[in-house]
Amino acid sequence: MARLARMMTATRGHGRMDWTDWASYLYLILGTALMLGPVLWLALSSLKSPAGLIEFPPTLLPQEQVRVSVPNYPNPLPLYRITKGDHAGQTLAEVRKIGLQATMVDPAAPETPIRVPVEDRTKLMQFHAAWDNYGDLLQKFDFGRYLWNSVFITSVATILTLLLNSMAAFALSKYKFAGREPVFLLMLATLMIPPTIILVPNYLIAAVLGLTDNPWGVIWPAVATPTGVFLLRQYMLTLPDDLLEAARMDNASEWRIYWRIVLPLSKPALAVLAIFSVMWRWNEFLWPMVVLGRNETFTLPLALNSFQGELTTQWNYLLAMTVVTLIPVTVIFALLQRHITQGIASAGVK
Amino acid sequence: MSRIDGSLALKDVVKRFGSTEVIHGVSFDVADGEFVVFVGPSGCGKSTLLRMICGLESVTEGEVRIGGERVNDLAAARRGLALVFQSYALYPHMTVYQNMAFGLENLAMPKAEIQARVGEAARMLRLEDYLQRKPTALSGGQRQRVAIGRAIVREPRIFLFDEPLSNLDAELRVGMRTELADLHRRLGTTMIYVTHDQVEAMTMADKIVVLRAGRVEQVGPPLELYNRPCNRFVAGFIGSPQMNFLEGHVAGDAVEIPGLGVVRTLAALPAAGTPVSIGIRPEHIRAGHEDGNNLTGTVAGVEQLGGLSYVRLADPAVTIQIPGQTQLAAGTAAPIHFPADAIHVFDADGLTLPRLS
Repeated sequence: MARLARMMTATRGHGRMDWTDWASYLYLILGTALMLGPVLWLALSSLKSPAGLIEFPPTLLPQEQVRVSVPNYPNPLPLYRITKGDHAGQTLAEVRKIGLQATMVDPAAPETPIRVPVEDRTKLMQFHAAWDNYGDLLQKFDFGRYLWNSVFITSVATILTLLLNSMAAFALSKYKFAGREPVFLLMLATLMIPPTIILVPNYLIAAVLGLTDNPWGVIWPAVATPTGVFLLRQYMLTLPDDLLEAARMDNASEWRIYWRIVLPLSKPALAVLAIFSVMWRWNEFLWPMVVLGRNETFTLPLALNSFQGELTTQWNYLLAMTVVTLIPVTVIFALLQRHITQGIASAGVK
Repeated sequence: MSRIDGSLALKDVVKRFGSTEVIHGVSFDVADGEFVVFVGPSGCGKSTLLRMICGLESVTEGEVRIGGERVNDLAAARRGLALVFQSYALYPHMTVYQNMAFGLENLAMPKAEIQARVGEAARMLRLEDYLQRKPTALSGGQRQRVAIGRAIVREPRIFLFDEPLSNLDAELRVGMRTELADLHRRLGTTMIYVTHDQVEAMTMADKIVVLRAGRVEQVGPPLELYNRPCNRFVAGFIGSPQMNFLEGHVAGDAVEIPGLGVVRTLAALPAAGTPVSIGIRPEHIRAGHEDGNNLTGTVAGVEQLGGLSYVRLADPAVTIQIPGQTQLAAGTAAPIHFPADAIHVFDADGLTLPRLS
C-alpha cells in the first residue's frame, strides 16, 4: 500500500512538482480516462434498466424513477416533484398522462386527483442497479451454453496452441536439421497472408472434414500460429545448449528434455502466448461466425451479435453480456501480466 | 570395492565439421583410475575431444573405447560417463536436490535409493543445508559443487570436467583444486579434466595430455613434461613464467647465440651452422657469473613478489627468477649464468634434440 502511494505521488525532483511532473501526470490521467472511461461507462450502463438506458440526458450512474404503492391503484405509481404552479415543491404520483396534462395524486391523500402540466414537473430519480440484467441473462437466454462454448474453445485451443507451438519452436531452435531455415521462413511467410483471403479455402477444408457446426472447427485451424512459434523460438534460442546436453548426459529422453527442461524454462514466453491465445480465441468473431451455424454452438461474440436484432436491440442484456465477456480476458491478463514484460523483452520481440 | 572398468582409449580419432578438420588423428590411453588433464591454448580442440569422448559430438574417424568397449555409436547417456560443464549447466528451475536427482529419476531408480545417493553426495560435498535451494541462490563455489554432485550420484565410469574452475575467483579455484584432488583420491574413479591453465594441470594430473591445434603434442606425467618437453611448444606451455628461448646456430660442440656468446649444452648437436634454439626456464638461470655459459644482460624491469622476484632482462631478452627479494634496478647490468644441464635445445622444427647419454 505504501509502495503504491509512493508510486502514485512520485515526482521527478525532490518532492516538488516540476513542470515535467505536471505534464506526465496530465498525460497519464488523460490516457487512463481515455482507456478506462469507456469500460467504466459500459460497466455502469450494464446496470441500467431499459428505461434508464434511453433516458435523455444520459446519466452516469444507473438510476430509476421512484415508485410508490398508492391505495386503490393496483401498480406502484411513478413519483414526480412539482416545480411550478399551486403544488410547487410537492411530490406527487402520476396516475395517467393525457397529452400535455397529467393526472396525479398525493400519495398521502390518494382520493383527490390533481391535474398538472407535464412541463411543471421533474422525475424523482434514485440510484438503482438493475442486477436483473445479469440474472436474466442466465435464465432467459442460453447464456450458460454460449459461455461454455467460449470457455471450451478458448481453453482447449490455448492448451493445444501452447503445446504444438512450443514443440515446433523447440525443434526449430534446438535441433539442427536440413531445411530448418526454409521451414522457419515459410512459417513466417504465412504471417503475410491476411486471414480473410484464406477464409473460403479454410471453410471448404473444414466442411470436407465435417468440422462445421462443431467447436473443433474453430479450435483446429487456429492452433498452429506462426506468431506463437516465432515468439517461443526466439525465447528458446536464449536457453543455453549446455542445459540440454546436461540433460542428455542425465539420461533424459528428448521428450523429457522438452517437458522437464525446455517447457518450464520457457514459462515467460508461454505466458505471453497464453495471453495472446486467450484474447484471440475469446474475441474471435469472423471465423466462428463462418463455421458455427447453429445457435447452440455459438460463442459469446456470436451470441452478442445475435442480440442485435433487425428491429429491436435489447441493450441492457447486450451490455451485461459484454461485461461478462470482458471479465475472463481481464482476469487472465491480470494473472499473467507480470510475465509479459519479461517474456516479450527476452523473446527479442520489441 | 569392485568397479566397472573406467579405462579409456582413443585411436586415431579425427573430427571434421563439414570440410574443416579440427582434430587430426589423436591417440592415447587412459588407465582406470587415472586423473588425466587435457591442456592447451584456447581453440586447440580439447573441449571438442572431451565432447567426443562423452558422446555429445560424433567421431568422424577413429575409435573411442571405454572399458575396452567401442562406444563410437553409443548415445551419450549410455556411455556411463558424467560431464561437469564449464557453465555448470544446472537446471535453474529445479532445487539442488532435484538437480542431482534428475539423472537418477530418468533411470527409473527407486525413490529411496535416489534419496540415499543424493544424501551421500550432499554430505561429501557439504551441500546438505542447500538441498532445497534453487541454483540462483547459491554462490559460485556451491554451484560448482552441485554440478559435481550431479555427476557423483550417477556413479559414472569416468568423470569429465570441462574447464570447471574457470568461472571461480582465484582463491576459490585453489580451494576447489584440492577438493577435486581429494575427491579423486576418495572415489578412485577415472577423471578427465580439460583446462587451459597449466598450473591446474601440473597440480592435479597423474598424466597430462598437451594439445595444440587438434594434435597431441606430448602425453606424460607433469614432471616429465616439465623436465623433458619433447618440443618447443610443450616447453613453452608448461611452466610459469614461460621458458626463455634464444635463437642461434651450432658452432662446434656448442651453440652460438649471435651477439651474446657461446653456450655449452648437454644435447647431441647436429652439424655446425645448423640453426637451433635454446630454452631455459627462469627458475634455472642463476644470477652472477660461474664457469662458462656466462652472459650479461641489462635489467629492463623487476617484479617483486616478496618471496621471489622476477627480473626481466634485455639483451638477452630473458626473465630470471631470483629467490627472495632483489636490489637490482632497471638499467643496471646483470651478469647471469646458464647451467648446462638446464638448457633445452630445439631444432628448426621445434623438436627437442636428445641429450648425450
